[in-house]
Amino acid sequence: MAFDARYRDPDLCRRLSERIRSVRGREIRIMEVCGTHTVSVFRHGIRTILGESIRLVSGPGCPVCVTDQGDIDAVIAMAEMDHTIVATFGDLMRVPGTRSSLREEKSRGCDVRVVYSAADALAIARANPDRQVVFPGIGFETTAPAIAAAIIAASEEGISNFSVACSHKRVPPALEALAAEDDAAVDGFLLPGHVSVVIGLNGYADFFRKYPIPSVVAGFEPVDILSALLRLAEMIAAGSSGLENAYGRAVTDNGNPRARQVMDTVFYPVDSAWRGLGIIPGGGMALRKAFSGFDAFRRFSVRAAPAPPPAGCSCGDILVGKAVPPDCSLYGNTCTPLDPVGPCMVSSEGTCAAYYQYGGGL
Amino acid sequence: MRDERILLDHGSGGLLSNRLISELMLPLFDNSFLSMQDDGACLDVPAGRMAFSTDSFVVDPIFFPGGCIGDLAVNGTVNDIAMCGGVPRYLSAALIIEEGFPVKDLAAVVQAMAEAARNAGVLIVTGDTKVVPRGAADKLFINTSGVGYIPKSVSVAAGNARPGDVVIASGTLGDHGIAILNQREGLSFDVDIQSDSAPLNHLAGRMLEMAGSGIHVLRDPTRGGAAAALNEIAAQSKVGIRIRESSVPVAKAVAGLCSLLGLDPLYVANEGKLLAVVESALVEKVLAVMREDPLGRDACIIGEITGEYAPAQSGRVIMETAAGGERIVPMPTGEQLPRIC
Repeated sequence: MAFDARYRDPDLCRRLSERIRSVRGREIRIMEVCGTHTVSVFRHGIRTILGESIRLVSGPGCPVCVTDQGDIDAVIAMAEMDHTIVATFGDLMRVPGTRSSLREEKSRGCDVRVVYSAADALAIARANPDRQVVFPGIGFETTAPAIAAAIIAASEEGISNFSVACSHKRVPPALEALAAEDDAAVDGFLLPGHVSVVIGLNGYADFFRKYPIPSVVAGFEPVDILSALLRLAEMIAAGSSGLENAYGRAVTDNGNPRARQVMDTVFYPVDSAWRGLGIIPGGGMALRKAFSGFDAFRRFSVRAAPAPPPAGCSCGDILVGKAVPPDCSLYGNTCTPLDPVGPCMVSSEGTCAAYYQYGGGL
Repeated sequence: MRDERILLDHGSGGLLSNRLISELMLPLFDNSFLSMQDDGACLDVPAGRMAFSTDSFVVDPIFFPGGCIGDLAVNGTVNDIAMCGGVPRYLSAALIIEEGFPVKDLAAVVQAMAEAARNAGVLIVTGDTKVVPRGAADKLFINTSGVGYIPKSVSVAAGNARPGDVVIASGTLGDHGIAILNQREGLSFDVDIQSDSAPLNHLAGRMLEMAGSGIHVLRDPTRGGAAAALNEIAAQSKVGIRIRESSVPVAKAVAGLCSLLGLDPLYVANEGKLLAVVESALVEKVLAVMREDPLGRDACIIGEITGEYAPAQSGRVIMETAAGGERIVPMPTGEQLPRIC
């Protein structure tokens, strides 16, 4: 079970934050790359206990947020077709495309269903052989293996009414893109926990060789995050750099080779459009030839056309740490969790939603 | 009657309707008001103030660990009246049934309603049954309304919280919502989490008898969970609320599943818990009487009312986190879990 009260131990948290504050030096900027970290940081009030010495900057690690609007439009177009069922992760329901959202399409009568896994979507396909079931493949290396497994199962069973609109992203190339941006300079990276379970610490080796910025993998409980921040603060103060793992109970050097093998069987790396970061070389995944029959874009001849971001929306800058939500003119006015304009306000893991919900200014 | 199904004729007002009512409902709900079979119930009521509430129940699945739509429908309205400080007495029950619904399931639901009414000490004195064509409703929806009288010494309202008051929870939060979620198709984690569906009128009665007007606010945190209830209290009383995460009671299995699913137990529905805002001088006495009641055994203080009112944030509920930080507990936006009650 993911929950263990020891990792929220108040006394341990207090001692860790005292040690972080005792590391002397200039103010440092650390980017938490992963959306789940962003939410955890806010939920546990971690910014309020760090003091002035560490500024946490939220990164692009919310899958829904970095998904290009054109991909959302394409899935909506598939939902509008006769005889299709879109079976999706719930997070995607409210994301506005150019002119609609899946939630709105559902209210107009399109068959859109929320599922918790691609296997559930495959089960819907088995139960509805006369309908086409589309699963929007959103997410990083964390979710991609399970979706690959569903595609392999569909292939082995000869299920012809199941397909995946693949918008999967790869984290290490995005780290390189972030590190290459001059004006978003960060002193260290808090690396994602779940992605690292799959790719392992070694998955960041290429990135770290090119950009030796202090980087520590962290879990999601307060003690996990604080211990990783302490290591980052110590390295930065000492002028040293390392790629370290502070989530040893879940992450190994090698990660999960079986999951990677399943993922690599089905997908291969391609250049991909990330909202806020543009086209990232090797930043996405596409279906290999042997599985291209399960490519929803191909099956329905729908292309994800590039779409301009909503006017005034700063999600692009916020995703790379160049702006914080209150900098955006829409934030809190026309863009709220109830009526979101940009994806960072829609997703439960979005930076704007976390700011708005938990009081970024507290 | 084992394989019998509800037909459109059961809602026709004719012979089949009569049979359904006289064979299934009347014997179970058994009271003199209902057996008159008039268009409505004629009731004797004491002079004074009255609490009146209504609620519709659309929970999916209909049967879940710890209860079913039937006891939920009775307890829900009983609790709404109790949270007004009222002593619930009479309920109405209106059933909207989908054609083809198994009669034995209906019998089980009606049985559960009758038992819940008995436990709460209320009478179901009037009702209605409609049957709609297959697909026009999902299985069974129930509306209940109820009335109760408010004793003279009682003055509870969401607008009555004052700085210095103490916030009490009657027990663990989030059980009902997680029990429903876990039961739903495709999400059967092997853990024993039961809905807390229960009538709170006896517990509330003890508290009010003990502290009278010293109980300022009572709320049962149903949809939207404790977070919604606390925000409503803050907004209506124009106060701030501070709660301590380490004091908020959450069952271990519920905390684990919430963590796994990315849910916050503060936002998950309860159907047998109450939050009370109590004058600080009376807190220990109120807690003592609560703990004598099985439904208040785990009652505890979770926070205080403060003067930190911030209208822009619709009141201001702040949580001191276990990790030692602070954050806002916002009003929920949108539907976290549809059809939870």
